[in-house]
Amino acid sequence: MNYTPHTDSEVKEMLSDIGVSSVEELFSDISPDIRAKSFNLPEGKSEFEVKKYLKDLSEKNSGRLVSFLGAGFYDHYIPSAVDSLSSRSEFYTSYTPYQPECSQGWLQSIYEYQTAVCRLTGMEVSNASLYDGGTALFEAVMMALRVTGRKKIIVDSGVNFIYRSILKTYISNLSVNLIETELSKNSVSSKDILSLIDNDTAAVVFQNPNFLGTVDDYSDIVGFAHERGALAVESVYPISLGLVKAPGEMGVDIAVGEGQSLGNYLSFGGPYLGILACKKKFVRKMPGRVVGKTVDVEGKEGYVLTLQTREQHIRREKATSNICSNQSLCALRALIYLCLLGRQGLRDLAQVIYNKTEFAKSLIESIPSVEVNREILTFNEFTVSVPKKADKVSAEMIKKGFVPGFPLGRVYKGMDNYLLISVTEKRSKEEISKFAATLKKIL
Amino acid sequence: MSLIFEKSKSGRGGFKVLRNDTPLNKEFPKKYRRKDLPLLPEVSELDVVRHFTNLSRKNFSIDTSFYPLGSCTMKYNPKFTEDTASLDGFRNLHPLIPDISGGNSLSQGALEVVYRLEQLFLNITGMKAFTMQPLAGAHGELLGSMLISAYHRSRNEKREFVIVPDSSHGTNPSSSAIAGHKVIVIPTDEKGYMDFGEFKKQLSKNVAAVMLTSPNTAGLFNHRIKEICELAHSFGALMYYDGANLNAVLGKVRPGDLGFDVIHLNLHKTFSTPHGGGGPGAGPVGVNEKLIGFLPFPKVVILKDGSFGLSYPEKSIGKVSPFYGNYAVLLKAYAYILFLGKEGLIDVSEKAVLNANYIRKKLSKAYKIGYNHTCMHECVFSASEQVKQGIHAIDIAKYLIDKGIHPPTVYFPSIVKEALMIEPTETESKDILDYFIEVMLEIAELSKFNPQILKDSPVTTPVRRLDEAKAARELNLRA
Repeated sequence: MNYTPHTDSEVKEMLSDIGVSSVEELFSDISPDIRAKSFNLPEGKSEFEVKKYLKDLSEKNSGRLVSFLGAGFYDHYIPSAVDSLSSRSEFYTSYTPYQPECSQGWLQSIYEYQTAVCRLTGMEVSNASLYDGGTALFEAVMMALRVTGRKKIIVDSGVNFIYRSILKTYISNLSVNLIETELSKNSVSSKDILSLIDNDTAAVVFQNPNFLGTVDDYSDIVGFAHERGALAVESVYPISLGLVKAPGEMGVDIAVGEGQSLGNYLSFGGPYLGILACKKKFVRKMPGRVVGKTVDVEGKEGYVLTLQTREQHIRREKATSNICSNQSLCALRALIYLCLLGRQGLRDLAQVIYNKTEFAKSLIESIPSVEVNREILTFNEFTVSVPKKADKVSAEMIKKGFVPGFPLGRVYKGMDNYLLISVTEKRSKEEISKFAATLKKIL
Repeated sequence: MSLIFEKSKSGRGGFKVLRNDTPLNKEFPKKYRRKDLPLLPEVSELDVVRHFTNLSRKNFSIDTSFYPLGSCTMKYNPKFTEDTASLDGFRNLHPLIPDISGGNSLSQGALEVVYRLEQLFLNITGMKAFTMQPLAGAHGELLGSMLISAYHRSRNEKREFVIVPDSSHGTNPSSSAIAGHKVIVIPTDEKGYMDFGEFKKQLSKNVAAVMLTSPNTAGLFNHRIKEICELAHSFGALMYYDGANLNAVLGKVRPGDLGFDVIHLNLHKTFSTPHGGGGPGAGPVGVNEKLIGFLPFPKVVILKDGSFGLSYPEKSIGKVSPFYGNYAVLLKAYAYILFLGKEGLIDVSEKAVLNANYIRKKLSKAYKIGYNHTCMHECVFSASEQVKQGIHAIDIAKYLIDKGIHPPTVYFPSIVKEALMIEPTETESKDILDYFIEVMLEIAELSKFNPQILKDSPVTTPVRRLDEAKAARELNLRA
């Protein structure tokens, strides 16, 4: 039986109305010499068989380990209402709201998402979202190049190595001078950045908390950049903004970030959510979709996609970006998540994470051969030096049922003995204690 | 409907946050702390549930309405594919697991999916290797353009131009430009194909690539496609296949066999993953031998012992997305392909083409057809006859909404004036098509005898026609 709804008699009737004798005749523009040489696919399976096969495959993965792995992608609890609401098919089986009158649900949701992102980051305007945090960082850099007309970009080495890697790939075809700072001992590189910013600099790019978990106040760097006509771009971890100084408070021009932590699953790498918000004066240089409020012919308030003249379907090769979609469903999940938490809930969550992280830190630093840097402030993630290769520690801990974090050797020179440990609210006191005890045992 | 922010009541609690069960309770240092709490709404869980449930009801969607949005392929998304992406072993899996020492064994199932899906794509397209990294079709185009640059650079050639027909999606020229190319646009001939003479004239050794969509956005399959590929290759240019419309020709023709060097697939079109209100999509890129070495890292490979691992090829251009693409989307496409299998996928294309031609035939008396020829999965009409009565494509679109039908794509492709681009998809039955045809014929009559009804539509929606000029002029992008 076919998956498609056509009965045999309907097919016959349709063919006769079209005026051809077979479906194959409709494909007569594809001449025999260019027909597919093979189409070597398996026979179709039943729904049950496919589900069972994939369930079996899913169970070959690491479900049951207690994880302290973060590195920019975090395992937070997701309230059931997020799944339930975003699974409404009126949301997930529709498309980009080109026809506003029959898409007000989506348009208002995106307008609310833009509002929530602005309030979270302390920025003035937000777009409707981009693919992921790395793309958002690249797009922010492109924006800074357009705004300043300059070619030099300074990137702090505390920016997630994955984003730096994506950025390098993208700009390899463009004439951009990309300078990365050296990582200093305390993993705070402010001094180094200051000496690099000059009158040719388009943007200085940093991350807070940085990849090693360090929290800083970047107001001085932002001010210094502004004096030289450069823009400041900050990559944020949205959950930290319940506690940590917001980009808007430090004068940042473009805030970007990975929104996965806001109600989106890790899902082995995607889909995620690229957040991009900026000062209002740059709004016409901002990439991506954006929703605006307006009125209908009767004066009733409603929402539409706006500023479309920047976009590829109108501007083609002159567009601000080639991106023609946004991560609506992931943005919706982030919005629902933020609404469920609310202003106090986000603060409470950030405070719980901070405390649990500090608790983990205190237990781990009491292990004799392990060192934790107490001079720096961290939020949810911190580095520890261990007396042997962190890779080895990782492999041994995995055997004991823990993913101990991210070994830093492959990202930073001279850090082969360092682990990046992340704690979310899901880790209980008991799990953290057992983790520290196990780590002590194997070292 | 009021905003969720307007429903906020100071002190009202929502979701219960996990408590701090540790003995520590430290204050976060003031110097680094944000001054004011972000002004997120203070609402109950029920407030949130009711708000978003009611918002959802203001959308047309595939599950509620016929959605013949041309070029977007709004076909039914089988429900069970959603379940596969929600399996705990996939959705709670950290993407860095296979990258850390000792972690590879913990992600074998997830890596196997990537590997097996690649094998299916190779069979479907005739290409030699795939990367799953691109997060959308346009992202795939950008990666494809970058691979093309890397290829020419490796041969010490600097080629400036990319050729695209004027019927292409806007992303083609835009992606090319962002990858650093200049764009040459070829006009469309009177039959709806890229003007062959003009194409030949523009080809040179300074052309890096030719980007084609096949069937093109007019719904036509260019019978000279192989000739175009051979001609481009004779100048050393590469051929890029925009896979946006591959759903029309599954099992009939494969871009790899035609000689295309690089292609992208839109999984949300051809393999029926949901469009999610605009995203997430997925745009895997396939290449032939010329480009394999440049594909992004990490690449999922099968190791000698039959297990799966990651490789970091030396000549790789790097990363274009953090990990292995939009993995949950890949899972849904994988489930869809396994479910339909060979015959099912061929049937998908056949029925999509049958449906489009049925509409083409039934409407061709009332509306001017863009190009009078058998179409593939979509057909393009022009409202130019109706314009004589003052009725434009947009008026037709808005009246369809009142009849419970999502409008077709309007004003694209721009090669057809007042375009109405209709893609019914294979999952719609003849009954639905007949209803659509009936409404379209009614509109053609109304445009002659009662055009005001069309001008005034829609009247059944939560809002009527919106002032888009005002929205752009007096920007209001947030509360």
